[in-house]
Amino acid sequence: MGERVAIVGFGQTNHDQCRSDVSIAGLVREAADRALQAAGLELADIDAFVLGKAPDMLEGIVMPELWLADALGASGKPVFRVHTAGSVGGSTAIVAASHIAAGIHETVLTIGFEKQSDGNAMWALSVPLPFGMPVHAGAGGYFSPHVRSYIEQSKAPAHIGAMVAVKDRTNALKNPYAHLQQRGLTLEVALESPMLWDPIRFVETCPSSDGAAAMVLTSERMADRLKRPTAWVQSTAMRSEPTLFAGRDQVNPQAGIDCAKAVFAGAGVTSPIDEIDVAEIYVPFSWFEPMWLENLGFSAPGDGWKLVEDGETNIGGRLPVNPSGGVLSSNPIGASGMLRFGEAALQVMGLAGEHQVDGARTALGHAYGGGAQFFAMWVVGSKKP
Amino acid sequence: MTTSTNDGDVVHLHQPIGVTYTWSAGPGASAYLQGLTEGRLVGNRCPSCDLVYFPPRGGVCPRDAVALGPPVELGHTGTITTFCIVNVPFLGQTIEIPYVAASIMLDGADIACQHLIQGCAATEIFIGMRVRAVWKPADEWTTSFANIAHFEPAPTDSDQPAGAEKNA
Repeated sequence: MGERVAIVGFGQTNHDQCRSDVSIAGLVREAADRALQAAGLELADIDAFVLGKAPDMLEGIVMPELWLADALGASGKPVFRVHTAGSVGGSTAIVAASHIAAGIHETVLTIGFEKQSDGNAMWALSVPLPFGMPVHAGAGGYFSPHVRSYIEQSKAPAHIGAMVAVKDRTNALKNPYAHLQQRGLTLEVALESPMLWDPIRFVETCPSSDGAAAMVLTSERMADRLKRPTAWVQSTAMRSEPTLFAGRDQVNPQAGIDCAKAVFAGAGVTSPIDEIDVAEIYVPFSWFEPMWLENLGFSAPGDGWKLVEDGETNIGGRLPVNPSGGVLSSNPIGASGMLRFGEAALQVMGLAGEHQVDGARTALGHAYGGGAQFFAMWVVGSKKP
Repeated sequence: MTTSTNDGDVVHLHQPIGVTYTWSAGPGASAYLQGLTEGRLVGNRCPSCDLVYFPPRGGVCPRDAVALGPPVELGHTGTITTFCIVNVPFLGQTIEIPYVAASIMLDGADIACQHLIQGCAATEIFIGMRVRAVWKPADEWTTSFANIAHFEPAPTDSDQPAGAEKNA
């Protein structure tokens, strides 16, 4: 994949329902400053900026990258905007990595953000289409029927979704940046949670968050000189498919299968469940943990829920999934994918703090977006590829 | 525009923005929309893969990237492929909650469309259930898929040829 790419700094904001203490510009700068500090670099050291967010309709600001370039100190330098819906935080990081892999730029700052409290994502994602019946109710309304199909096809017990919710919310208590800090959540309490989009419960749903994430990516030459804790990009992959086509498998989308095969092949991973130490997977509704475990090839189709039920996706299990608390605990949409990619990097750097997975050497960062039509993934490791 | 303040600090400005957008139908969707004004359900067949799209949104086959072929008239009955029960209120919602939003594979189509299910308890609905369209009175028809008020359970022996139930 060209030149080696190093992640030398990851930073994130404190995520919350409403960060009324900062503007969008202040939010992205908070994450950028933390990433630069982690890397021991300054804005002057950055050669190019790659920024991503979800649809502009979410905050009502068209092309916010034009305005945010000011706050990021990007004046006079290349600035790029990426958009692939919810997967954008992942694909933005991949675009940044590609600049370095191609030898075009040496050090790139990449940022993803969303200030959901400034707009209304549920409204923006439910705008009636002139050719259809207006039954659509946000992202949950889109994904809930496919969760129902998964439950029916896999014969998964009804409590699996609640188990994932309890795990992720409990993991979030070990992550000081996480939006939801929900103490004392038990399976019994979770199963009492009301259905929002039956079969998806309130507790099985991601929050609406304000937040940003940023990463400093650089060349091997610069990383060797900096001598900071470093995560090395082993492989990246992106795939897409149309949202709607005849015969589409919405439970196990082909683009996700193909993307996983490509990213693991690129990293030399032949048995993901044995060779990946920890995975940060984009799970905005808890049932997507078993669904994506299957889509990614960590289990056979129909068996993903068994890994959940056996506790294998807990910290300390065979494949810890979302030790950070995941999208289920913080969802600044445009940053959510980059949080997955960055948390994967933190794990192999050994910098994940209380939610560190012991001995993590190889980690997967995963993001998906739109109607599960965009996929972005990377495998990062503690050693040079 | 309104303003929120806190201890003398201006915290938020609230600015409504609105516009009426225009959607260009194109030849594919035109036949579908015209059909709705006449109580007919019209899809289009892909000349390459032979599969029938309904509604033919962009007039193109998403798999083959070719323009869809001539219109195909579909039945007013179909099968629920999956569904959810919407309990969540949101800004801009036009249907009273709770409601059942279902994916329905119309007879003769190869991709499911989205519509409401009524006429039975939500707990009685299942994947694979047969349903039929319940149209609004003809004098209320426009170029809208909402000309069908909802779908309701169909007795499995009531399946009839395309168009036969259009004024049911």
